[in-house]
Amino acid sequence: MSALRRRIRAANGEGRAALVAYLPVGYPSAPGSVAAMVASVEAGADVVEIGVPYSDPGMDGPVIQQAVDVAVRAGIGMRDVLTAVEAVAEAGAVPVVMSYWNPIERYGVDRFAADLAAAGGAGAITPDLIPDEAGPWLAASDAHDLDRVFLVAPSSTDARLRSTAAACRGFVYAASTMGVTGTRATVSDAAERLVARTRAAARDVPVCVGLGVSNADQAAEVAGFADGVIVGSAFVRALLDAGDERAGADAAGRLAGELAEGVRRRARVAP
Amino acid sequence: MTSSAVQPPVDRLVPTRPGWPDATGHFGVFGGRFVPEALVAALDELTEAYEVMRADPAFVEEFDRLQRDYTGRPSPITEVPRFAEHAGGARILLKREDLNHTGSHKINNVLGQALLTRRIGKTRVIAETGAGQHGVATATAAALMGLSCTVYMGEEDTRRQALNVARMRLLGAEVIPVTTGSRTLKDAINEAFRDWVTNVETTNYVFGTVAGPHPFPAMVRDFQRVIGDEARQQVLERVGRLPDAVLACVGGGSNAIGIFTAFVPDEEVRLIGLEAGGDGLDTGRHAATITGGSPGVLHGARSYLLQDENGQTIESHSISAGLDYPGVGPEHSYLHDIGRAEYRPVTDAEAMEAFALLCRTEGIIPAIESAHALAGALTVGRELGGRGGDPAVLLVNLSGRGDKDVETASAWFGLGDRDHSAPGAGLDEHQRATEGAVTRGEAVPGPAAGQQA
Repeated sequence: MSALRRRIRAANGEGRAALVAYLPVGYPSAPGSVAAMVASVEAGADVVEIGVPYSDPGMDGPVIQQAVDVAVRAGIGMRDVLTAVEAVAEAGAVPVVMSYWNPIERYGVDRFAADLAAAGGAGAITPDLIPDEAGPWLAASDAHDLDRVFLVAPSSTDARLRSTAAACRGFVYAASTMGVTGTRATVSDAAERLVARTRAAARDVPVCVGLGVSNADQAAEVAGFADGVIVGSAFVRALLDAGDERAGADAAGRLAGELAEGVRRRARVAP
Repeated sequence: MTSSAVQPPVDRLVPTRPGWPDATGHFGVFGGRFVPEALVAALDELTEAYEVMRADPAFVEEFDRLQRDYTGRPSPITEVPRFAEHAGGARILLKREDLNHTGSHKINNVLGQALLTRRIGKTRVIAETGAGQHGVATATAAALMGLSCTVYMGEEDTRRQALNVARMRLLGAEVIPVTTGSRTLKDAINEAFRDWVTNVETTNYVFGTVAGPHPFPAMVRDFQRVIGDEARQQVLERVGRLPDAVLACVGGGSNAIGIFTAFVPDEEVRLIGLEAGGDGLDTGRHAATITGGSPGVLHGARSYLLQDENGQTIESHSISAGLDYPGVGPEHSYLHDIGRAEYRPVTDAEAMEAFALLCRTEGIIPAIESAHALAGALTVGRELGGRGGDPAVLLVNLSGRGDKDVETASAWFGLGDRDHSAPGAGLDEHQRATEGAVTRGEAVPGPAAGQQA
């Protein structure tokens, strides 16, 4: 049974959406990023997306680029990521790794799956890997009983929504807008349509929404139609604006607390 | 309208393609699509529209007409005997893509993709550019076809290639300097992809080389193969036989694929790609992706790339902005792995020596990119020797002209009025053509010319 799905459904059972917090490993430092992840968990994040730094993050906007650039230059690698996975599991949230494909391929797909499972990770989100190219990852994640999360987008055809959702385990990541990561003033109404279309295609797999959610009000709005709310750039922004590592972890915790209130604010429409 | 009397397109409708890539864009284990899901619909649309377009007689006729009347095709081949005196007795023929409108081979691809843009009803094009040649070509085609145009260019490259920035702006394009990462071509591609995923409803990405996700490597190859299709015929007519080797510089690799493709079935013809060796492979400061890299995924495809143990892309280094790229097209990786093509590094110093030599012996100022291929021809010619009465025949793709590189060359050779630094490799002080200054160990390295210009 998928650890991600179990946790998201448990939140849904409380009449709310799950809160998924993204934080990249290695910003402001490896321990600093782990401290921010743990603070987010303690303040109410159900799932932590543990970001693997990558030199060419084509789906990310300037905020996340700025942070991962520091981590890349510091030489942060998969071993640091696995340390963060263990810390998040220890803190009581479900850890899921978020990685562009090349760092995983370079580490070795089977080795990655084995080490991730051993560290207590639930699985991985792969923003630039579509199921069509994912043969080795599908096999490795099956072999190690890991979740695998692929993305769907407003431009996805119904046929692709079906095939992508069928390849997903844990949840389906609905990229709410056409664009890169970053905070936005409003949540696109495309998000709600995409979630409805994905639900129709996915049936039983939870659908979480990412891209553009940054505050409690937006979280509450998305919680009204999605199974989980993913927040990334707003957490990274909080770290970038903080004076030091301690202040960064505190800021991440405060934001997680506000968002956790947001995902509980509005009565959730039963799926 | 007599001017439209193009050659009958009957035998050209669907040119014979190599047996690769497969239907999903794989060249063996290379290629494919490693992209965010949001781009898949656009890539599918491009693939389908392109497959219909390439078999459409109206397209073939319009493309031929533009190539003839606008680009100035066919480009000639020029034998360069004075240059070849330094190549061990080999005969050297240059395929003159530098004589195309806009000054390089890039226009071949851009006209095709601009026609495709119009066909799928999009009104805006974006492009990445390194040396600026693809950006200039895209801005040119956009002006010609009434499309709005934005070009992403690494900030470092906007300084190295200021002339081309001005050209693009004159042509009505918006040029956006990219300040992320290494501020070169790789980062310009990242920014162009971010623009595309955001504006894909109105915007087509006119990709400049045979890299990127399917269908770009195959489509750009199809548009560039005219180089080799023409050259193969021209060499047969001029020399009476096929060349012994075909040489081209390889950054992303579009001019090389363009001239190689027609010769791929001719197994006796060696295909040699010259990569940018920068300061030398052993220094780590180079852009020799195949000779100095390993397979991985970058910019939407699996291919060789320069990467560290964490899978991070390593910044490349080359005096040539157009070759300063840590990736390479997947078809080159495939041709390398199946042994059909060979790839060799050429250092900055070797390229600049060949650059100066062609200027002095033949009155042709090549692009520094193309000078890497010229340097390769000097070496291969010496390896093959004169072979008595039957000299080796080398066909070199002169992919672009060097106007854009005059500042870089001036700094390298110390030609500026106020520049009293020692001249770099390849230019002797007695104003004669030089040979072998580098290999004899007499040359001093150029004064970091790429960075200064």
